[in-house]
Amino acid sequence: MSTFLGMPSLPVFGTGNLHAAESFPTAAHRELGNAQLRANLGHATHTIRDKRLQVVSELPDWEQLRDAGSAIKESVMARLPELLEQFEQNFTARGGVIHWARDAGEANDIVAGLIRDTGETEVVKVKSMATQEIGLNEYLEEQGITAFETDLAELIVQLDHDKPSHILVPAIHKNRTEIRDIFLREMPGADPALTDNPAVLAMAARAHLRRKFLTAKVAVSGANFALADSGTLAVVESEGNGRMCLTLPETLITVMGVEKLLPTWQDLEVFMQLLPRSSTGERMNPYTSLWTGVTDGDGPRNVHLVLLDNGRSAALADEMGRSALHCIRCSACMNVCPVYERTGGHAYGSTYPGPIGAILSPLLTGIESEENSSLPYASSLCGACYDACPVKINIPDILVHLRSVDVDSKRGKKKLPSQMDVGMKAASWALSSGKRLGLVEKGLPLGRLAAGPDHKITKLPGIAAGWTQSRDIPAPPQKSFRDWWAKEHHGPETGGTNAPARGTARADAHLNAQDKEDGA
Amino acid sequence: MRIALFATCIVDAMYPRTAQATVSILERLGHEVVFPSGQACCGQMHVNSGYLKEAVPVVANHVHAFDTKDYDVAVAPSGSCVASVKHQHPMVARSCGDTALEARAAAVGARTYELSELLVDVLGVTDAGAQLGSYFPHRVTYHPSCHGMRLLRLGDRQARLLRSVHGIELAELPEADQCCGFGGTFSMKNADVSSAMLEDKTANIRSTGAALCTGGDASCLMHIGGGLSRQGSDVTTLHLAEILASTAEAPASVTGEIRVATGKATR
Ligand code: SF4
Repeated sequence: MSTFLGMPSLPVFGTGNLHAAESFPTAAHRELGNAQLRANLGHATHTIRDKRLQVVSELPDWEQLRDAGSAIKESVMARLPELLEQFEQNFTARGGVIHWARDAGEANDIVAGLIRDTGETEVVKVKSMATQEIGLNEYLEEQGITAFETDLAELIVQLDHDKPSHILVPAIHKNRTEIRDIFLREMPGADPALTDNPAVLAMAARAHLRRKFLTAKVAVSGANFALADSGTLAVVESEGNGRMCLTLPETLITVMGVEKLLPTWQDLEVFMQLLPRSSTGERMNPYTSLWTGVTDGDGPRNVHLVLLDNGRSAALADEMGRSALHCIRCSACMNVCPVYERTGGHAYGSTYPGPIGAILSPLLTGIESEENSSLPYASSLCGACYDACPVKINIPDILVHLRSVDVDSKRGKKKLPSQMDVGMKAASWALSSGKRLGLVEKGLPLGRLAAGPDHKITKLPGIAAGWTQSRDIPAPPQKSFRDWWAKEHHGPETGGTNAPARGTARADAHLNAQDKEDGA
Repeated sequence: MRIALFATCIVDAMYPRTAQATVSILERLGHEVVFPSGQACCGQMHVNSGYLKEAVPVVANHVHAFDTKDYDVAVAPSGSCVASVKHQHPMVARSCGDTALEARAAAVGARTYELSELLVDVLGVTDAGAQLGSYFPHRVTYHPSCHGMRLLRLGDRQARLLRSVHGIELAELPEADQCCGFGGTFSMKNADVSSAMLEDKTANIRSTGAALCTGGDASCLMHIGGGLSRQGSDVTTLHLAEILASTAEAPASVTGEIRVATGKATR
């Protein structure tokens, strides 16, 4: 256990369920083969995103709310150490106990130790991304402690021994018939006549969970927000099962990423408008639970909070990437992402799938991790995620930034440059001068020849083979526009290497060198 | 007005008619078009693929070619290239610590327009049929490209222009705002996902019964057209500029050789 004192000198990268086991293209290839998954996902994401658009359009000040959310988060990141200390003081003064964890291993040890101290071997769980991230359930199981998920979707995934594929709707990849089959197979005492009617399924889960709520002595939760000025924690949910866990047991252990802080109670106002509309497409979520320390005669007697770094300081140190920590895990970005819609969450390999996962996972683990370095490329940069994000995280720009970190980290390390490296170098040469591009374009008739009589190129070698797997390339024209302009249009030319030099020394030196190389 | 044409590398090398059509439209409106011959490419492919170091000379070249007093505004028939010039060039210059280049890039970006943006906002074209003589008697569907829609906020400018073309029948494209799956090198690095996105886009296009799909980005159209061609579909793609340039006297045809009234050169 260590106290968080600002930025550590060496970044501690995140561990746990943040690392992909295979590269995104490989995993995506497999998941794309699952037609049922694609149909389920397409249906579910379309439904949620239509609902979100509807409720968002009701608010005339939605854009200002997004700006406010983004500004509050930015100020949190700028003063994180100070706010954490303030929170710690307030939380402790009201009877809570704080524990600091650098990575997944430390956090798991702390939680397991706290549970062992109670003498219990069963705990109920509130849906939590942080505990998914550190792999808490698996770790507890190794320690002989059983953790029961109480969120309906998490319960389904857990009963099926599967992994969540969406941060808000963990069982989004399953349809109701599949869910009925899982209940029949895995739920003790499930009615053999169970139908796939959602209400019937919900009642079965309810009966199952009631038994757990009434016996559990220990609960484990995450937190959506922590308010520094009062030492309060908040959980936002739809089903009320979380509230059962937060109020009935004697001991409550919360695991929370350090970035979840908000400076004041009043800041919550902004996020309570942004979060439900962005996540479930509801005006307000049914249950918001807030707790401040221990209160005599009410709720848990022992209240613990594990504050988790697990790569967050490293992400914070990345000037371009740090705003990924603004994320409030609403899942709006994945619901609008065309890549997520087709591959599902498992293709991303980490607890955090979709656009936010594509930047957050490599930021937390460091880009050097081989498989996670494929994640920033899992996007066509269409920008839908940025438009949807309630706290305005510029995901496309961070994706591009992480791609450049990846390319740079590999420079000079490889024995042989990749095809992409070679292609990009060659293209950089050809595309950094009008003369050179003009020269290259003299080869267009050759391309026409390669295309053959049907004016199509249908097979290309190397990395370009990916293109021709489902697309033709049209035969190039006889001559380029540049040639047409020079020979036929006789219009005035301007600029470029003929223009009077007005450039910066650096750009001019570069262009002069280039002219020389071209024999100008 | 003196307007500098940025033809973009794909248009220059693969779709010269799109650039010719752009010239034609602007000249018909009485403007003078110049072509900065030093231009080559916006460098977007390098930036988006993470090759920032390799993007620097490409960006420097573009800034150098367009940083002159010889024109009033610059135009490109491509939303994504204009977005790159506006948003990425200053960032690339900053990445190599060249603050002077950054300032020049920002200045070039400030007077660079996407075609429909220039036509509607600057040149006051609201009725292509009346002001340009645009005539295109075909059923057409329209794909608004992501970068035009989300980075440049083009809104309905392109659709408005299309709707005002004489003879055109514009068919609404289902899920129009969905990405076609091109994404530059994404279509090679993640070819499977890209193909799945393309499949849905082309299915939506075919469902409209349109003879062709138009849009403002040659790269997306090359991707979509390449998919339709592989699927053996008769539906083709044609850049918005070529539809606007099409007239009753010199109509652009839906398939095969496309004739465009090319302003000065053919007069
Ligand atoms: S990145 Fe934005 S949209 Fe995505 S989950 Fe986080 S807050 Fe929501």
